Amino acid sequence: MNAQRLIGVVLIVLALAAPWFAYPVFLMTALCFALFACAFNLLLGYAGLLSFGHAMFFGIAGYFFGYAVKAWNMPPELGLLAGVAGAALLGLVTGVLAIRRQGIYFAMITLAFAQMIYFFCVQAPFTGGEDGLQGITRKPLLGGLIPTRDDRVLYYVVLAIFLLGYSAVYRIIHSPFGQVLKAIRDNEQRAVSLGYEADRYKLLAFVLSAALAGLAGATKAMVMQFATLTDVSAAMSGEVVLMVLVGGLGTIVGPVVGAFIIITMQNYLASFGEFVLVIQGLIFVVIVLAFRKGVVGELGEWWRSRRSTG
Amino acid sequence: MFELLGIPPQALFGQLLLGLINGAFYAMLSLGLAVIFGMLNVINFTHGAQYMMGAFAAWLLLTQLDIPFWIALVLSPVIVGLFGVVLEKLMLKRIYHLDHLYGFLLTFGLALVIEGLFLWKWGSSGVPYPSPIPGGVNLGFMFLPYYRGFVVVAALLICLATWYGIERTRFGAYLRAATENPVLVRAFGINVPRLITLTYGLGVGLAALAGVLAAPIQQVSALMGTSLVLVVFAVVVIGGMGSIMGSIITGFGLGLVEGLTKVFYPPASNTVIFVIMAIVLLVKPAGLFGQTK
Repeated sequence: MNAQRLIGVVLIVLALAAPWFAYPVFLMTALCFALFACAFNLLLGYAGLLSFGHAMFFGIAGYFFGYAVKAWNMPPELGLLAGVAGAALLGLVTGVLAIRRQGIYFAMITLAFAQMIYFFCVQAPFTGGEDGLQGITRKPLLGGLIPTRDDRVLYYVVLAIFLLGYSAVYRIIHSPFGQVLKAIRDNEQRAVSLGYEADRYKLLAFVLSAALAGLAGATKAMVMQFATLTDVSAAMSGEVVLMVLVGGLGTIVGPVVGAFIIITMQNYLASFGEFVLVIQGLIFVVIVLAFRKGVVGELGEWWRSRRSTG
Repeated sequence: MFELLGIPPQALFGQLLLGLINGAFYAMLSLGLAVIFGMLNVINFTHGAQYMMGAFAAWLLLTQLDIPFWIALVLSPVIVGLFGVVLEKLMLKRIYHLDHLYGFLLTFGLALVIEGLFLWKWGSSGVPYPSPIPGGVNLGFMFLPYYRGFVVVAALLICLATWYGIERTRFGAYLRAATENPVLVRAFGINVPRLITLTYGLGVGLAALAGVLAAPIQQVSALMGTSLVLVVFAVVVIGGMGSIMGSIITGFGLGLVEGLTKVFYPPASNTVIFVIMAIVLLVKPAGLFGQTK
């Protein structure tokens, strides 16, 4: 346990010092995706539900944020809230329908809904269509107390939002509610026979995950100052799955690690154009065939086996 | 000529024909998905990429080797089907013992690899494929290009042949039995792993065949299957994967509905199938032709 606490302290110090060593916008993007991946992992890793359309929550929240801040001139705090609320509402509507089917159908249904939202965003008047919502200027937070034009200052805001979301996921997983979710994941019939209404638990998990994905998406729109179709696309839904798989499905830090790996990779491989797709696909294949536990899962396994033998 | 709700018949029937053609592709692709899922328990996300490969194979055969459409119609499904067999032998068969989700993720990864490679080599703009039967006939109420008429008829025949093959032949009986209870079928001395490989090859070949048929209608491009496969997923959810005939009817029916939507309310034409999916989930969650398991 002490080793874990030590790692935690080191990570927090690193996170605080990071903007002086790395490009803050890159760090903020990575943190947004890390939160997105955590939200996704809450659903897949702990409730066993593979949503292949999570980009719809991530992307729509960005549009909500942008529209609230730009068209309604709201302060960014309210914009973030609008994003979260919009994503949660969308999660409720799609969740009610999607949990009516299980397993692989659930994945196909969420994918189909995400595609529908994508087409909706292409045509809807408030999304700017192909151009997206651009020029969402950064406004100071807390009524002017926190100037957000400076990337480093904004980084700490984003870090705080990330930690908030991350601890929410941690709290949910370790609550009695989280325990019931895991029970449903491992054996739905038994959980039902014990008197738990599986569908209600699944739906709540879905809405919570959607809301957190929305928080990530709205924060990303705040950082980048635009919201685009890329964030609602099926490719984005696939990307978050990849992040969680790479990091380690059903581990708490896995998604964060996975998000940083994938975003870093995309940063370095941007010049390869279409080849990024090929590499991402290959990673999918290799992970599914050989490393299903992901980086954190495999490391944890190695650590445990080392301790038990040594 | 008569007019329907202010819609000229040319537009109405033109869109209906287009809908029927799209429906033909939905039917062929969802059929393949259903057959593969039945045997392998894998939702083949690579289906759209394999459809694209079929079209590209035909285009390459034509431009590189001067092989005409009619031969490519047989040859490219065989080539792509063999490619599917290799995929199954190398990768898919390693994950049958795992949860369905891994099959979905593996084939998704494979789709990315394949589409990425084609994008890298040929770009995203697409190349034209000349119509093998140029010209058309004016039916009075609409103009019917010969090739489009041919596609509808051919797709219908292919679908019915698949139905016949699965429901009425000895091979189909093995297939259905192995879907139901592979262990028992194995005990009767039937080589089930080979049957599984063959099924995957056939399902992939069917997707490629649809791709060849689509080549002269659409541009042949690396991404032609990407969004199509997403629509086909919705079609599969609507129809349910329990029945072959169900898949065929749902595919054609939804194509027609999409065509009609394009006439009467164009902005919704992209989303109408997904809306229908939502309604079906509310009313009959197992799908129109599905059984609840």
